[in-house]
Amino acid sequence: MIPELGHYALILALALGLIQSVAPVIGSIYRDAPLMRLANSTALMQFVFVAASFAALEICFITSDFSVAIVYENSHSLMPLVYRMSSVWGNHEGSMLLWVLILSLFGALVAMFGVNLPSTLKALVLAVQSWIACAFYVFILLTSNPFLRLTPAPFEGRDLNPILQDPGLAIHPPLLYLGYVGFSIAFSFAIAALIEGRIDAAWARWVRPWTLMAWMFLTLGIAMGSYWAYYTLGWGGFWFWDPVENASLMPWLAGTALLHSAVVMEKRNALKVWTILLAILTFSLSLIGTFLVRSGVLTSVHAFASDPTRGVFILCILVLFIGGALTLFAWRAPMLKQGGLFAPISREGALVFNNLFLTTACLTVFVGTLYPLALEALTGAKISVGAPFFNVTFGPLVLALLFAMPFGQLLAWKRGDLLGAAQRLMAAFGVGLVVIGLTYAVEGKQPVLAPFAVGLAFYIMVGAAVDLVERTGLFRMPLRIVAARAGGLPRSAWGTAVAHFGIALSMLGIIAAGSWGTERIVAVKPSQTISISGYTLTFDGLSQQAGPNYSAVVGRFTVREGGNVIGVMQPSKRSFSTRGMSTNEAALMERGFGQLYLSLGDTEANGSLAIRLYYKPLVLLIWIGAVIMMLGGALSLSDRRLRVGAPKPARAKTAMQPAE
Amino acid sequence: MAMTRKQRRLVLIGGSVGVLGIALALVLSALGSSIVFFNSPSDVLAKHISPGTRIRIGGLVKMGSVQRGNDLKIRFEVTDGKSEIPVRFQGIVPDLFREGQGVVAEGKLEPGNVLDADTVLAKHDERYMPKEVVEALKKSGRWQEGETAAAGGPAK
Repeated sequence: MIPELGHYALILALALGLIQSVAPVIGSIYRDAPLMRLANSTALMQFVFVAASFAALEICFITSDFSVAIVYENSHSLMPLVYRMSSVWGNHEGSMLLWVLILSLFGALVAMFGVNLPSTLKALVLAVQSWIACAFYVFILLTSNPFLRLTPAPFEGRDLNPILQDPGLAIHPPLLYLGYVGFSIAFSFAIAALIEGRIDAAWARWVRPWTLMAWMFLTLGIAMGSYWAYYTLGWGGFWFWDPVENASLMPWLAGTALLHSAVVMEKRNALKVWTILLAILTFSLSLIGTFLVRSGVLTSVHAFASDPTRGVFILCILVLFIGGALTLFAWRAPMLKQGGLFAPISREGALVFNNLFLTTACLTVFVGTLYPLALEALTGAKISVGAPFFNVTFGPLVLALLFAMPFGQLLAWKRGDLLGAAQRLMAAFGVGLVVIGLTYAVEGKQPVLAPFAVGLAFYIMVGAAVDLVERTGLFRMPLRIVAARAGGLPRSAWGTAVAHFGIALSMLGIIAAGSWGTERIVAVKPSQTISISGYTLTFDGLSQQAGPNYSAVVGRFTVREGGNVIGVMQPSKRSFSTRGMSTNEAALMERGFGQLYLSLGDTEANGSLAIRLYYKPLVLLIWIGAVIMMLGGALSLSDRRLRVGAPKPARAKTAMQPAE
Repeated sequence: MAMTRKQRRLVLIGGSVGVLGIALALVLSALGSSIVFFNSPSDVLAKHISPGTRIRIGGLVKMGSVQRGNDLKIRFEVTDGKSEIPVRFQGIVPDLFREGQGVVAEGKLEPGNVLDADTVLAKHDERYMPKEVVEALKKSGRWQEGETAAAGGPAK
């Protein structure tokens, strides 16, 4: 009964979606307020029905109702509750249901919180949002129905893929989807503006908080996925340039560009057409990502194969929405009133520089991800494009962007002073140079470029703070005044500084872990000792343990530093009998921001045990940096919310603070 | 620095074209040098790939071919049913590496068509097989349709 109710709720959501796709558009043409307002209620009810459908599927998984096909395929009655709950989206059908749940959630949020949006704009935004939702409801109902029944119902499920039996599954996909799918709002706003043929600074002010929110979730989602891959795949890597990872990186890069160009549009009423295009492209990249992951066209560590009808269907959605949006853009964009041009050396100019480099970097990732697919489709030749490709293409573009970043923060709107900015960055340059020297002295000359990259990271960290230091009068004024000024600064200024600081922190982690990490891959016998970077590990032996739905071999290693025992590491290997698979549970030990990382390999013929042991200095900064970036976004968002509530005074306020 | 509207536009367009040009040059040079071609064992023999080239090969681990040595050294043969290529590797092979199962190895081709591998990937779970392995087996006619028809995998 419950699966049928869930199925029915989804069909009702589709019916509401169809109404919402048409009625508000007609309402906006005839200026019919009740028709336009209809979209508010349908958007809310759509969310309620999709949520009911999702809840129904949750209940099927929690109660282990194996008469439902995907529950049988992906669950097991012995799995812990949290994995039964998260395995709802550990499969294709359920994860698409999560996708539309989040899509309808964002629609409902716009309906609820977009109170001061102009009525026609709001009606059109909700209509476009509903077009996307309907396409995916139909996709789910026709090709990926999560509520299909099996008769007779099996007694036991086939278990969830053990790699996914991890808290990471509970957190990573929902965050990632909140990001990915959240960009649909920016897309809907862009399409609505094109249909209306009107766009102004207020448009940017409405779009920015939504984009910022999606960006924050995506940032956290990508970081979380990276940490999950790091500890679960057992070879200590945190980014593999895998197509599925790139699929989430591309919308992130475009979305970051969009955040910055929307600022220019809001503050200076320029870059309008470009911002619209970016909004379309960002969500298009989300759709392309969904296509890459969901259609099974990829070979990747996130291996996913499924039948081609789904791929073709998503491809149709893709072509319809991206093609349609770009056609509409080509037709309507020339009619939009152009904003002014501006001097190359200015805050606006710096943000254009940012956009140029971010989109170009995004393009290199796009080429590296899709070129192998295109080549295989056209010539049949199969190639793999990995880290070496991205290091020489994506790398230089991002380094140039990062170097310019502190300048952007210090240039004034309209007419900036490059030399003045460079002078104000003297302290940052100084710190950077000193750090380069120190790094050389401590770590030696290998690898050659690493000390420069570390210097760059420190230069950015100091550079990010320069603007705040100057504006609060830190080091010049009494602390009381500094505190008062700090409180008076717009939150977005804090947000910028914090987010840029976070990037530098992530960069520092990547460089340090990549350049000065050490690795031992050896075979050990009981009571044998291995040493790495000043730590010694003694292999105490193996033991067997039983989990709820697996059996595990656990290795015990005593860790010593300078002769003193500092802890025990217990990496394990779990065997899941239902699927005949095993997973590797690496043991991690924090040493400051660095980590010792130990994972088990096979037992060799002579009885010794193969292990992988890594010491990764500062590796935690990679993810801490990402969390700090997200917090920067949150600070900025808290600022936006206040201003969105009272657009006019806020505008006057920014006019009085040209230094921002 | 007063610029006319035209000059400003020129700077903007010129800058964009410049950056895109640099990116294009980087991409093209990287595509020429840092990509790796995939081959089946039969391809390797048929194409006369010159020693020293980095390649990826895929197929099944030949039954009875795995020899483990000291210091985590391992040798095995990759077969597509028609030809075999011996592979040398030092390190830890994936958990699902087994005789008779699908495998992909990447490394440098040595004289005598031996692959000195630095990466060995096994199939992901009991239902999924790397696409490259499927292709290699299909080509040599050893593929049975339906073998992984039920495949659905991690949805990450």
